[in-house]
Amino acid sequence: MAAIFQGVGAAATLSSSPSNSFVPKKFLTSPRRSFCVPSSVVVRSDGSVNFDLNSKSRRAQQLVANAVATKADSSAASSSSNPGHELLLFEALREGLEEEMERDPCVCVMGEDVGHYGGSYKVTKDLAKKFGDLRVLDTPIAENSFTGMGIGAAMTGLRPVVEGMNMGFLLLAFNQISNNCGMLHYTSGGQFTIPIVIRGPGGVGRQLGAEHSQRLESYFQSIPGIQMVACSTPYNAKGLMKAAIRSENPVILFEHVLLYNLKERIPDEDYICNLEEAEMVRPGEHVTILTYSRMRYHVMQAAKTLVNKGYDPEVIDIRSLKPFDLYTIGNSVKKTHRVLIVEECMRTGGIGASLTAAITENFNDYLDAPIMCLSSQDVPTPYAGTLEEWTVVQPAQIVTAVEQLCQ
Amino acid sequence: MATAFSTAKFSTQPFPLNPTSTTSHDSSIVFARPTSQFLGSTRKFRLTSSSKFNLSRRSKTVVAVSDVVKQKKSKSSPSLLITKEEGLDLYEDMVLGRAFEDMCAQMYYRGKMFGFVHLYNGQEAVSTGFIKLLKQQDSVVSTYRDHVHALSKGVPARAVMSELFGKTTGCCRGQGGSMHMFSREHNLLGGFAFIGEGIPVATGAAFTSKYKREVLKEADCDHVTLAFFGDGTCNNGQFFECLNMAALWKLPIVFVVENNLWAIGMSHLRATSDPHIYKKGPAFGMPGIHVDGMDVLKVREVAKEAIGRARRGEGPTLVECETYRFRGHSLADPDELRDPAEKARYAARDPITALKKYLIENSLASEAELKTIEKKIDEVVEDAVEFADESPVPSRSQLLENVFADPKGFGIGPDGRYRCEDPKFTEGTAHV
Repeated sequence: MAAIFQGVGAAATLSSSPSNSFVPKKFLTSPRRSFCVPSSVVVRSDGSVNFDLNSKSRRAQQLVANAVATKADSSAASSSSNPGHELLLFEALREGLEEEMERDPCVCVMGEDVGHYGGSYKVTKDLAKKFGDLRVLDTPIAENSFTGMGIGAAMTGLRPVVEGMNMGFLLLAFNQISNNCGMLHYTSGGQFTIPIVIRGPGGVGRQLGAEHSQRLESYFQSIPGIQMVACSTPYNAKGLMKAAIRSENPVILFEHVLLYNLKERIPDEDYICNLEEAEMVRPGEHVTILTYSRMRYHVMQAAKTLVNKGYDPEVIDIRSLKPFDLYTIGNSVKKTHRVLIVEECMRTGGIGASLTAAITENFNDYLDAPIMCLSSQDVPTPYAGTLEEWTVVQPAQIVTAVEQLCQ
Repeated sequence: MATAFSTAKFSTQPFPLNPTSTTSHDSSIVFARPTSQFLGSTRKFRLTSSSKFNLSRRSKTVVAVSDVVKQKKSKSSPSLLITKEEGLDLYEDMVLGRAFEDMCAQMYYRGKMFGFVHLYNGQEAVSTGFIKLLKQQDSVVSTYRDHVHALSKGVPARAVMSELFGKTTGCCRGQGGSMHMFSREHNLLGGFAFIGEGIPVATGAAFTSKYKREVLKEADCDHVTLAFFGDGTCNNGQFFECLNMAALWKLPIVFVVENNLWAIGMSHLRATSDPHIYKKGPAFGMPGIHVDGMDVLKVREVAKEAIGRARRGEGPTLVECETYRFRGHSLADPDELRDPAEKARYAARDPITALKKYLIENSLASEAELKTIEKKIDEVVEDAVEFADESPVPSRSQLLENVFADPKGFGIGPDGRYRCEDPKFTEGTAHV
């Protein structure tokens, strides 16, 4: 079940390298989806699945019996026999949203151009026709106020999904997200819950300019009381969207502008992805590479080169940006003893910086080398294509970093 | 109080509340430029504006409303707007607000409460006039000056006082404090420290009410939301953005401006290009009303119409209440900038004294009855203090309890278990 990248229009090819082949199938295997479907026995992503063709990397499994059971899809085994259906990432998001809206009439969407226009990235296409203008609300351009409105609606019983047309616009809603979204459950002594989902595309796109290329995960990560997740494949996009909507906590779901046209085959049946878990993309032995969102694909591209050079990287898509899944990450660190973080966030105060601190605090004894963190340059993203390429981490840099780490 | 029945000013279509007064609507706008003339003026803040707003869509509403008022007039004797029970109820609520706030000041200076405490003395007519008309399911959103809104909405004095003392029996378990009063039971949605921050939340609550009626098909859902905020907030973007959205979607909300002329030390006139806040309503497509906020009966009449409008699904209203705070902005404010003559003038218009006079003059209540109420309130407030004093402070285990509604949000720890399962979490000693 490989994810095939489709370059369509503006959301064009992910990789800036001239190579035409993207992620080779052997690194993306079908049971990946089982990582998203925790059973009550095995919480971690390394379930009893046969995933890698590379025999060297079969991992010992660790079963944890007492972790909190999330909604278990007991048909984890049977799902592999179901053909599923193929769709693009934005369609997966829409499917997840639509299913949740059908399931619970309190789920509603608000944002700019989500209704009649169908969403600027078509995530809410046709939903207004199906559910009406009030459930898929076209708001005026007033991010702070309609986010606050979403929070007020969440406090009084609805489950709104607030879309930022671009994540960067949510900077205007920072007041409401920080002060109200994160804090009100606590300051009200637990009286009011805020089951809101705030989502939108962010990240560095294709020459969109500095203001449309922002990565807000670093700004929001300090806000107490919220959870942040980043999706990267159609499978986890739908799963995370559904889990976020069902969660009683406020969740910020980060999507990426360049990933909307990824194609993948996903199961037909209902499933969610655990909000707090990381995803094992490629198990390995030599080095742990932690990444999320678009950089996952740069990492997998570099992994191809690395394997050819004889390295065996373990790639983990951390998915949960706040809180970190220290179990999956920790197990990996304990095995490989070397960590490379590859992220699109800025160097200063980004997710990588927090992750470095968390790993150092918890797993310092297991490290054989200092943690390396590759982030975007602390530069407002330039418009020029060449400059933009150099602000973001490229696969070649990842290869060099791994070679340096492993020597 | 001489002007018990001067007309409220409507910027949509002026009409008198009191049929006995001949028209007092000046055709010219009378307000002073930011000079002492305004502050020193002994005239009431009388304004009318030539209505530029095309009422063709709304004239029906306004006429209907005035019909209701006129009808009410003909039922009872011309000058009585309230019954005895209502009068006593209003009096008790206002006295509770005043006594409570006075006690807060005492307790603050005795070191029982800390931080920023903003008292409501002088503005009781607005809170009582509006909130006493609401049902329990209606929502109120306030600012940091929220103690009296909480009391009027029905939050027990004990719970509010405990919250101020930071005790675990407070309405927010001691986690909110003076500026964050919340009550799910009484639908008090806060208590916000940043100005303007609560207005979108109120808009959201009104949106839920409309959603319940139209999407969830709860046909009898007519919950109204009141958003209280001050004159300073009316220069804030969130105010305007929410006026737009509320009018656009005809949300069942009333925006109540408590214009006490001062935002800490900033005079409203020095901060606002057009100080007539009520005029900003029609700019967004809703009626804007100016009312004497020191007169609880006038406020109540206007509130009835505005709340009625919202309940009937006719949309939002902007009500500007001219009021005054007798104390400083907060207990830390030396209050040196305001002219003592201005303070004296408004003190003479104390809403409690005015209502007392009205009740006695119209034989709705005797001195003795009112004294009984005052005594009762004194006991309530003292009991609240005692209760708060005796309540326990929050224990350490409370520290991490309400950060997330679903504590799985703290994530998965290195041992594979959710961190909320770690006993250190229930003890409050875990590090997050």
